[in-house]
Amino acid sequence: MDSQESKKLVIEATLDNLGKVNDFVEEFLEERSCSSKVKLQMELVVEEIFTNIANYAYGDGIGKVTIEGSLEDNAAQFRLKFMDKGTPYNPLEQPEPDITAGADDRPVGGLGIFLVKKNVDDITYQHEDGQNILTVVKSL
Amino acid sequence: MEIKKELQGSKFNISLVGRLDAISAGDLDKVIQNELNDVDELTFDFSGLDFVASAGLRVLLVAQKRMNKQGTMKITNVNEDVMDVLEMTGFSNFLDIVD
Repeated sequence: MDSQESKKLVIEATLDNLGKVNDFVEEFLEERSCSSKVKLQMELVVEEIFTNIANYAYGDGIGKVTIEGSLEDNAAQFRLKFMDKGTPYNPLEQPEPDITAGADDRPVGGLGIFLVKKNVDDITYQHEDGQNILTVVKSL
Repeated sequence: MEIKKELQGSKFNISLVGRLDAISAGDLDKVIQNELNDVDELTFDFSGLDFVASAGLRVLLVAQKRMNKQGTMKITNVNEDVMDVLEMTGFSNFLDIVD
Protein backbone atom coordinates (compact mmCIF):
# COMPACT_ATOMS: atom_id res chain seq x y z
CA MET A 1 0.00 0.00 0.00
CA ASP A 2 1.43 3.38 -0.99
CA SER A 3 1.80 5.64 2.03
CA GLN A 4 -0.39 8.45 0.66
CA GLU A 5 -3.02 6.16 -0.79
CA SER A 6 -6.50 6.22 0.66
CA LYS A 7 -8.75 3.21 0.81
CA LYS A 8 -12.49 2.97 1.20
CA LEU A 9 -14.83 0.49 2.76
CA VAL A 10 -18.55 0.78 2.11
CA ILE A 11 -20.51 -1.41 4.48
CA GLU A 12 -23.91 -1.77 6.11
CA ALA A 13 -23.97 -0.04 9.47
CA THR A 14 -24.80 -3.06 11.61
CA LEU A 15 -23.01 -4.32 14.71
CA ASP A 16 -22.26 -7.61 12.93
CA ASN A 17 -19.86 -5.72 10.68
CA LEU A 18 -17.68 -4.39 13.48
CA GLY A 19 -15.07 -7.09 12.89
CA LYS A 20 -14.80 -6.20 9.20
CA VAL A 21 -14.29 -2.54 10.03
CA ASN A 22 -11.59 -3.46 12.55
CA ASP A 23 -9.86 -5.60 9.92
CA PHE A 24 -9.98 -2.72 7.43
CA VAL A 25 -8.36 -0.35 9.92
CA GLU A 26 -5.82 -2.86 11.13
CA GLU A 27 -4.48 -3.25 7.59
CA PHE A 28 -3.26 0.35 7.69
CA LEU A 29 -1.70 -0.08 11.11
CA GLU A 30 0.00 -3.34 10.13
CA GLU A 31 1.47 -1.54 7.14
CA ARG A 32 3.07 0.92 9.51
CA SER A 33 4.03 -1.78 12.11
CA CYS A 34 2.29 0.15 14.86
CA SER A 35 2.69 -0.71 18.53
CA SER A 36 0.03 -2.89 20.08
CA LYS A 37 -0.92 0.10 22.22
CA VAL A 38 -1.77 2.24 19.18
CA LYS A 39 -3.65 -0.68 17.60
CA LEU A 40 -5.70 -1.14 20.73
CA GLN A 41 -6.47 2.56 21.00
CA MET A 42 -7.64 2.61 17.38
CA GLU A 43 -9.71 -0.51 17.98
CA LEU A 44 -11.49 1.33 20.75
CA VAL A 45 -11.97 4.43 18.59
CA VAL A 46 -13.38 2.36 15.73
CA GLU A 47 -15.69 0.42 18.01
CA GLU A 48 -17.13 3.54 19.61
CA ILE A 49 -17.70 5.45 16.35
CA PHE A 50 -19.00 2.50 14.35
CA THR A 51 -21.38 1.22 17.03
CA ASN A 52 -22.77 4.74 17.45
CA ILE A 53 -23.56 4.86 13.74
CA ALA A 54 -24.89 1.29 13.75
CA ASN A 55 -27.15 1.93 16.75
CA TYR A 56 -28.44 5.41 16.02
CA ALA A 57 -27.79 6.83 12.54
CA TYR A 58 -30.62 5.07 10.71
CA GLY A 59 -33.12 4.53 13.53
CA ASP A 60 -34.65 1.09 13.11
CA GLY A 61 -33.65 0.95 9.45
CA ILE A 62 -30.41 -0.18 7.91
CA GLY A 63 -28.12 2.17 6.03
CA LYS A 64 -24.61 2.27 4.76
CA VAL A 65 -21.48 3.79 6.16
CA THR A 66 -18.45 4.71 4.09
CA ILE A 67 -15.13 4.51 5.87
CA GLU A 68 -12.07 6.06 4.31
CA GLY A 69 -8.60 5.61 5.72
CA SER A 70 -5.31 7.12 4.66
CA LEU A 71 -1.76 7.24 5.92
CA GLU A 72 -0.39 10.75 5.62
CA ASP A 73 2.81 12.67 6.11
CA ASN A 74 5.07 9.71 5.32
CA ALA A 75 2.78 7.49 7.33
CA ALA A 76 3.40 9.54 10.48
CA GLN A 77 -0.33 9.95 10.89
CA PHE A 78 -3.48 8.02 10.11
CA ARG A 79 -6.67 9.73 9.02
CA LEU A 80 -9.95 7.89 9.28
CA LYS A 81 -13.27 9.26 8.02
CA PHE A 82 -16.72 7.87 8.79
CA MET A 83 -19.53 9.01 6.48
CA ASP A 84 -23.20 8.13 6.86
CA LYS A 85 -26.46 9.49 5.47
CA GLY A 86 -28.42 9.03 8.66
CA THR A 87 -29.94 11.54 11.06
CA PRO A 88 -27.68 14.60 11.34
CA TYR A 89 -25.78 14.24 14.60
CA ASN A 90 -22.70 16.01 15.85
CA PRO A 91 -21.19 13.81 18.58
CA LEU A 92 -18.75 16.57 19.54
CA GLU A 93 -21.65 18.55 20.99
CA GLN A 94 -22.21 15.93 23.65
CA PRO A 95 -21.42 17.25 27.14
CA GLU A 96 -18.21 15.97 28.72
CA PRO A 97 -18.87 13.31 31.35
CA ASP A 98 -17.79 14.00 34.93
CA ILE A 99 -15.14 11.32 35.31
CA THR A 100 -14.54 12.15 38.97
CA ALA A 101 -18.10 11.18 40.00
CA GLY A 102 -18.76 8.04 42.03
CA ALA A 103 -20.87 5.16 40.73
CA ASP A 104 -24.14 6.32 42.29
CA ASP A 105 -23.80 9.84 40.87
CA ARG A 106 -23.02 8.76 37.34
CA PRO A 107 -25.46 8.50 34.51
CA VAL A 108 -25.29 5.22 32.63
CA GLY A 109 -23.67 5.80 29.24
CA GLY A 110 -22.18 8.81 27.51
CA LEU A 111 -18.59 7.59 27.56
CA GLY A 112 -18.21 6.45 23.95
CA ILE A 113 -17.31 9.71 22.28
CA PHE A 114 -15.28 10.71 25.33
CA LEU A 115 -13.10 7.62 24.80
CA VAL A 116 -12.74 8.47 21.13
CA LYS A 117 -11.54 11.99 21.94
CA LYS A 118 -9.09 10.66 24.53
CA ASN A 119 -7.47 8.30 22.04
CA VAL A 120 -7.03 10.45 18.94
CA ASP A 121 -5.00 13.58 18.24
CA ASP A 122 -7.68 15.40 16.31
CA ILE A 123 -11.39 14.98 15.67
CA THR A 124 -13.73 17.01 13.47
CA TYR A 125 -17.37 16.79 12.44
CA GLN A 126 -19.02 18.17 9.32
CA HIS A 127 -22.46 17.80 7.85
CA GLU A 128 -22.20 18.02 4.07
CA ASP A 129 -24.42 16.90 1.19
CA GLY A 130 -26.74 15.14 3.61
CA GLN A 131 -23.89 13.23 5.21
CA ASN A 132 -22.48 13.07 8.70
CA ILE A 133 -18.71 13.15 8.32
CA LEU A 134 -16.63 12.37 11.39
CA THR A 135 -12.87 12.49 10.87
CA VAL A 136 -10.25 11.40 13.36
CA VAL A 137 -6.48 11.77 13.07
CA LYS A 138 -4.04 9.63 15.01
CA SER A 139 -0.28 10.15 15.20
CA LEU A 140 1.52 6.88 14.63
CA MET B 1 -16.97 -13.23 24.88
CA GLU B 2 -17.38 -16.15 27.21
CA ILE B 3 -19.08 -15.64 30.59
CA LYS B 4 -18.21 -18.23 33.24
CA LYS B 5 -20.40 -18.12 36.32
CA GLU B 6 -19.95 -19.66 39.72
CA LEU B 7 -22.48 -19.18 42.50
CA GLN B 8 -21.70 -20.29 46.04
CA GLY B 9 -24.41 -19.27 48.46
CA SER B 10 -24.59 -15.50 48.19
CA LYS B 11 -21.14 -15.21 46.56
CA PHE B 12 -21.16 -14.89 42.80
CA ASN B 13 -18.02 -15.08 40.64
CA ILE B 14 -18.15 -14.03 37.02
CA SER B 15 -15.12 -14.65 34.79
CA LEU B 16 -15.05 -12.85 31.46
CA VAL B 17 -13.02 -14.20 28.56
CA GLY B 18 -12.55 -12.21 25.36
CA ARG B 19 -13.94 -8.78 24.52
CA LEU B 20 -16.50 -6.82 26.51
CA ASP B 21 -17.76 -4.71 23.62
CA ALA B 22 -21.00 -3.53 22.03
CA ILE B 23 -21.65 -7.03 20.73
CA SER B 24 -21.15 -8.93 23.99
CA ALA B 25 -22.22 -6.35 26.59
CA GLY B 26 -25.88 -7.36 26.25
CA ASP B 27 -25.11 -10.92 27.38
CA LEU B 28 -23.45 -9.66 30.54
CA ASP B 29 -26.26 -7.19 31.09
CA LYS B 30 -28.75 -10.09 31.14
CA VAL B 31 -26.73 -11.84 33.84
CA ILE B 32 -26.56 -8.63 35.90
CA GLN B 33 -30.29 -7.97 35.51
CA ASN B 34 -31.46 -11.52 36.22
CA GLU B 35 -28.99 -13.33 38.44
CA LEU B 36 -27.98 -10.97 41.25
CA ASN B 37 -31.11 -11.29 43.36
CA ASP B 38 -29.60 -13.03 46.38
CA VAL B 39 -25.99 -12.00 45.84
CA ASP B 40 -24.12 -9.92 48.41
CA GLU B 41 -20.58 -10.53 47.17
CA LEU B 42 -19.98 -10.13 43.45
CA THR B 43 -16.49 -10.76 42.05
CA PHE B 44 -15.44 -10.30 38.44
CA ASP B 45 -12.36 -12.12 37.22
CA PHE B 46 -10.89 -10.20 34.29
CA SER B 47 -7.83 -12.41 33.73
CA GLY B 48 -9.20 -13.51 30.36
CA LEU B 49 -10.53 -10.12 29.34
CA ASP B 50 -8.48 -8.27 26.74
CA PHE B 51 -10.72 -5.44 25.62
CA VAL B 52 -13.39 -3.22 27.13
CA ALA B 53 -15.37 -0.48 25.36
CA SER B 54 -18.03 1.97 26.57
CA ALA B 55 -20.83 -0.57 26.13
CA GLY B 56 -19.00 -2.78 28.62
CA LEU B 57 -18.37 0.08 31.03
CA ARG B 58 -22.09 0.76 31.00
CA VAL B 59 -22.82 -2.75 32.29
CA LEU B 60 -20.09 -2.54 34.94
CA LEU B 61 -21.59 0.72 36.18
CA VAL B 62 -25.06 -0.81 36.38
CA ALA B 63 -23.60 -3.73 38.36
CA GLN B 64 -21.75 -1.37 40.72
CA LYS B 65 -24.87 0.74 41.35
CA ARG B 66 -26.82 -2.40 42.11
CA MET B 67 -24.18 -3.90 44.41
CA ASN B 68 -23.83 -0.59 46.29
CA LYS B 69 -27.39 -1.30 47.45
CA GLN B 70 -27.04 -4.96 48.31
CA GLY B 71 -23.42 -5.86 49.04
CA THR B 72 -19.92 -5.58 47.63
CA MET B 73 -18.34 -5.84 44.20
CA LYS B 74 -14.71 -6.56 43.37
CA ILE B 75 -12.76 -6.82 40.15
CA THR B 76 -9.68 -9.03 40.00
CA ASN B 77 -6.83 -9.66 37.54
CA VAL B 78 -7.26 -6.58 35.35
CA ASN B 79 -4.74 -6.45 32.52
CA GLU B 80 -2.91 -3.27 31.53
CA ASP B 81 -4.98 -2.48 28.44
CA VAL B 82 -8.27 -2.82 30.26
CA MET B 83 -6.85 -0.85 33.20
CA ASP B 84 -5.99 2.02 30.83
CA VAL B 85 -9.65 2.34 29.88
CA LEU B 86 -10.81 2.12 33.51
CA GLU B 87 -8.36 4.89 34.45
CA MET B 88 -9.17 7.09 31.47
CA THR B 89 -12.85 7.12 32.41
CA GLY B 90 -12.35 7.44 36.18
CA PHE B 91 -13.92 4.02 36.72
CA SER B 92 -10.77 3.04 38.61
CA ASN B 93 -11.77 5.59 41.29
CA PHE B 94 -14.94 3.82 42.35
CA LEU B 95 -14.36 0.22 41.31
CA ASP B 96 -12.73 -2.00 43.91
CA ILE B 97 -9.88 -3.39 41.82
CA VAL B 98 -7.73 -5.99 43.57
CA ASP B 99 -4.81 -8.16 42.43
